[in-house]
Amino acid sequence: MQPMTAWERFVETFFKPAMLVQYWPEILKGMLVTVEIAAAVVVTGLALGLALASLRAYRLIGVNALIVVFVDVFRALPPLVAILLIYFGFPSIGINLPSFVVLWLVLSFVLAAFAEEIFWAGITSTPKGQWEAARSTGLSFSQTLAYVVMPQAMRLGVPPLTNRTIAITKNTALGTVIGVGEILNQATTAQSFTGNATPLMMGAIAYIVLFVPVVALGRWIETRFAWRRA
Amino acid sequence: MAILRIAGLRKSFGATEVLKGIDLTVSERELVFIIGPSGSGKSTLLRCINRLEEPSGGSVHFDGLEVTSRATELNTLRRSMGMVFQSFNLYPHLTALGNVTLALRKVLQKPREEADEIGRRALAEVGLADKAASFPNELSGGQQQRVAIARALALGPRIVLFDEPTSALDPELVGSVLAVLRDLKAHGMTMLVVSHELRFARDAADRVVFMDKGQIVEEGPPSAVLGAPREERTRAFVAELLR
Repeated sequence: MQPMTAWERFVETFFKPAMLVQYWPEILKGMLVTVEIAAAVVVTGLALGLALASLRAYRLIGVNALIVVFVDVFRALPPLVAILLIYFGFPSIGINLPSFVVLWLVLSFVLAAFAEEIFWAGITSTPKGQWEAARSTGLSFSQTLAYVVMPQAMRLGVPPLTNRTIAITKNTALGTVIGVGEILNQATTAQSFTGNATPLMMGAIAYIVLFVPVVALGRWIETRFAWRRA
Repeated sequence: MAILRIAGLRKSFGATEVLKGIDLTVSERELVFIIGPSGSGKSTLLRCINRLEEPSGGSVHFDGLEVTSRATELNTLRRSMGMVFQSFNLYPHLTALGNVTLALRKVLQKPREEADEIGRRALAEVGLADKAASFPNELSGGQQQRVAIARALALGPRIVLFDEPTSALDPELVGSVLAVLRDLKAHGMTMLVVSHELRFARDAADRVVFMDKGQIVEEGPPSAVLGAPREERTRAFVAELLR
């Protein structure tokens, strides 16, 4: 038997045809799980961030202190630490959460923490005159926040929010350490069965297939929302 | 008949007393000009009338209601007091029509079609019927200020407070805004105007009030206050501005 050429070894390691055929259904399953969790994280994270920033606008001293603590903790803590702590620690105090719930909650909280700061920056940078004009027409504080200030704060927040959202949805890969069946988990499982890196390469490709359109969408949203800044 | 009655109005920011007891009455259909050097408290006075600033003392009565009372529903009151700002303060994310109709829809709960109709009429009144779909940054300063006036008018106010409405405008755009004021005056709108446009005041105002250091120094018809001021401070200020 002839020794393998470098090229053959490369193909054998990363693109072994038999494995591509065998494992694509698993990777596809993982993609579906990744999409589901990422979508859930985006929705709950942004909604919670928006709610917290709005609540903070009322400047209730005790409430704001709690919001700031929540935000700072989840911005400082590596998501992996929070995931491990909740998944392995909480059962000891009687709280058993399914692994995908843990992943969803932690990533949602992290996104909410960053989103809150971004929305809040938008609220505080909206000129005082906007509040005054709205209030002078009889709009209440809440109406002014909802119809005048928030739309401007959200527009200001779009570029940093898209970046942050992409960064955090990619963190769904952390679910692999607690056995969430997302892309990386499917890929590493297959890899340990076979001792071959092809499933990992398939996982990498799956991430690129999923997230390149998201990145492109983010760029489109940024340009779309940038043009009308007064 | 008096529609606005201000008595002994005081306002302090920390240790600084900005308004030191203002007494002023405005009658229906009257156009009253407030003039005075910067820092004299003119804008603060205006902002205390609709309580954008909380007065420290004294009282404001408007249309039979005590503005300064805690029991007064401020948001209801503010519908009948329009306000126009030096820097326009249009909502940048809404069209001209959206700016004018927001309070109609959210405060007066008008359905969209009705609000749009009222809004278009208000824009037509300030000569901007064709700009309904434009965003603020697509309009000149003078047009933006006229949209802001339309926003105040759309709610059907009994008085409009103008806080230096032309100070942020290029000189060639001032005329278009003053023309709107003149037109409102002809239609019997009550107006309280803080402004440095003394020539306009001389032609159009019913009364001119000169303020300095938080007090009313002198008031009367423009021919008197601007033409033959009694007080030295007024004389110096008017001479400086009309030079």
